[in-house]
Amino acid sequence: MTMVDTFLTALMLQAGYNAALVALGAGLLGIAAGAGGTFLFLRKRALVSDAVAHATLPGVGIAFIVMVLLGGDGRSLPGLLLGSAISATIGLLLVEWVARRTRLAEDAAIGAVLSVFFGIGIVLLTVIQTMSRGKQAGLESFLLGSTAGMLYQDAVVIAVGGGLALLAVLLLRRPMTLVAFDPEYAAARGLEVRLIDLAMMGLVLGVTVIGLKIVGLILIVAMLIIPAVTARFWTDRTEHVVLVAGALGGVSGYLGAALSASAPGIPTGPIIVLVAFGLFLLSLFLAPKRGVLAALLRHRRFQLRVHRRQGLLALAHGEAVLDPLTIRVLRRDGMIRGDLVPTEAGRARAAKALRDERRWEIARKIHQDEAIHGRYDGLTPIETVLTRDEIAEIDRRIGRPVVAGGAA
Amino acid sequence: MMGSAFVQLSLTPILIGVLSAIACALPGNFLILRRQALIGDAISHVVLPGIVVAFLITGATASMSMLLGAAGAAVVAVLLIEAIKRLGRIEPGAAMGVAFTSMFAAGVLLLEQSDTSTVHLDVEHALMGNLESLIWFKARGWESLFDPAALAGLPPELPRIAAVALLMVLLMLVFWRPLKLSTFDEGFAGTVGVPTGLMGFALVVAAAVAAVAAFDAVGSIIVIAMFICPPAAARLMTNRLEVQILWSVVFASLSAVLGYVLAGYGPLWFGADHAVSAAGMIAAVSGVILAVACVAAPHRTRLGAPKDAG
Repeated sequence: MTMVDTFLTALMLQAGYNAALVALGAGLLGIAAGAGGTFLFLRKRALVSDAVAHATLPGVGIAFIVMVLLGGDGRSLPGLLLGSAISATIGLLLVEWVARRTRLAEDAAIGAVLSVFFGIGIVLLTVIQTMSRGKQAGLESFLLGSTAGMLYQDAVVIAVGGGLALLAVLLLRRPMTLVAFDPEYAAARGLEVRLIDLAMMGLVLGVTVIGLKIVGLILIVAMLIIPAVTARFWTDRTEHVVLVAGALGGVSGYLGAALSASAPGIPTGPIIVLVAFGLFLLSLFLAPKRGVLAALLRHRRFQLRVHRRQGLLALAHGEAVLDPLTIRVLRRDGMIRGDLVPTEAGRARAAKALRDERRWEIARKIHQDEAIHGRYDGLTPIETVLTRDEIAEIDRRIGRPVVAGGAA
Repeated sequence: MMGSAFVQLSLTPILIGVLSAIACALPGNFLILRRQALIGDAISHVVLPGIVVAFLITGATASMSMLLGAAGAAVVAVLLIEAIKRLGRIEPGAAMGVAFTSMFAAGVLLLEQSDTSTVHLDVEHALMGNLESLIWFKARGWESLFDPAALAGLPPELPRIAAVALLMVLLMLVFWRPLKLSTFDEGFAGTVGVPTGLMGFALVVAAAVAAVAAFDAVGSIIVIAMFICPPAAARLMTNRLEVQILWSVVFASLSAVLGYVLAGYGPLWFGADHAVSAAGMIAAVSGVILAVACVAAPHRTRLGAPKDAG
């Protein structure tokens, strides 16, 4: 079977029961991470999740050691996840404590907790490697994620966990939206902002812990951030951002897990992250309003409008049009002939542009207020701003229309 | 412990550890004050793809091409972060999160896909470093310090990190005034003619160079500890930048020496017979120093904050 075939098989959930469960779990987790991460992103605390994620490592190590000392196998996924959740909570509390009680800023607190916990975790991993049971512990798979050879019950844990995280997002979405947007207003409405913040961080923690096995602790932060940032390109409404981010996260998780099933040697985390990043790049370029392409088109249209207007004004004043782009624009619109002489239509449009300019001049003298004054950009037709009566009044002051271009 | 075995096995790793810590802590001081501490985080992640790409292009692990590759990756990352911030009007933290995780993921994937079995370039090494392996084979004792033949056998990482640490000190001394001005009052610095944008960019590039040089010794993630913990602890000790930088150098050196000794000899005291990761232990010690500073340092609270502020 070629890689493409394997990928398609995995995509259709036909690559075995475990692979199907993992892909479903990754998809559910992706939805929960994308939607949950949106609240974190809107609260401008995206990178706190990076500290939480790195802080899971010592917990994994300690849980393994404790389980072995108690006579167990040490590799039970629920036990390891419980350990990781405890140390991640400690890390999170430390970030908040340092940022609140000392003069250090939150970013320094995040960096310190992240690196120190990771360092302690690495020390514990080397300790585990020297234990007789530690050689085959495979805890390194928690760094970058690995779904190859996953046990059935682990896959169930991930699928159920992903589902639970998603449920939590659904239940908490309203209060979290409110707090993310306007904490003061939320407090005035009687919501416990601190409690909801705590629930949000709890959700992030849950996503991180469940994601450890699939995405790995170094890259799980990407699952929380990238879909939310991507969704922001497509819509300005919060509830839509949450939905789009959830969908993007789900697609990334599902596609990534399926891709990884067809290439077992490669860690799962990077693949999922790169799928998410691919979707991000597409959005960056193609999104309808905020995308790069849309911005370029908008800029080009604006440029053409400026050249058309300035060209028409030049015709109205009987000046020669010299700029190549202006000449191209006017010629394409049929305003001038090949030898740069204005056509009949061109003269009419030029006269109208000039009149519009005069009307603006008067209008800005009459209405010195910002509302009208600020609308003048040399492009907007005055009819779109003032009423017909107002324009008639202005025209009365200007006097009779004259033929443009100086010619009779 | 101080005999020839020490010179052979421990002297060079300790020196490399101390120099790495200092090289990272110096730019770290300014990053912390500028609220850019996590730039260090981002840089240390993108060092990996930079090195992998440099390796794929040149086919060798020559230090110069690696350095260029990583510095290039850092510049790409900074540009990418700026582009995301500007084009998408995204807040800096999230923009950083998108850029560095994606580049790190790409680096891991490239590394796993390419054949690097002939050189020691693998993900685990990239994350954890291998300080312990940087030993001085040719040393016979302290007298080897004056023996040109033995000195020629020093691990190449040592002169490299020494040069980078020296470079950091020189850069800081030469650009002291504009750097300090633009860090504390960007507006004022701009009016007296300091190119503040360029200063910020140069600082990031300098931090990237330090990160790459230290990367060999302590691995990509633990470089962050050296960027942040010693300067953060130093920040709690004093209000003067000069004093803060001296403290950060002290804390960085202390973390490196204590961390290495604890990792190498600590487990033996507890009856275990294997050393633990030195890089991890160095990060842990720097964390302990920061923790002590957080509860006991003289300038730990914000200026003007009441003593029992909640």
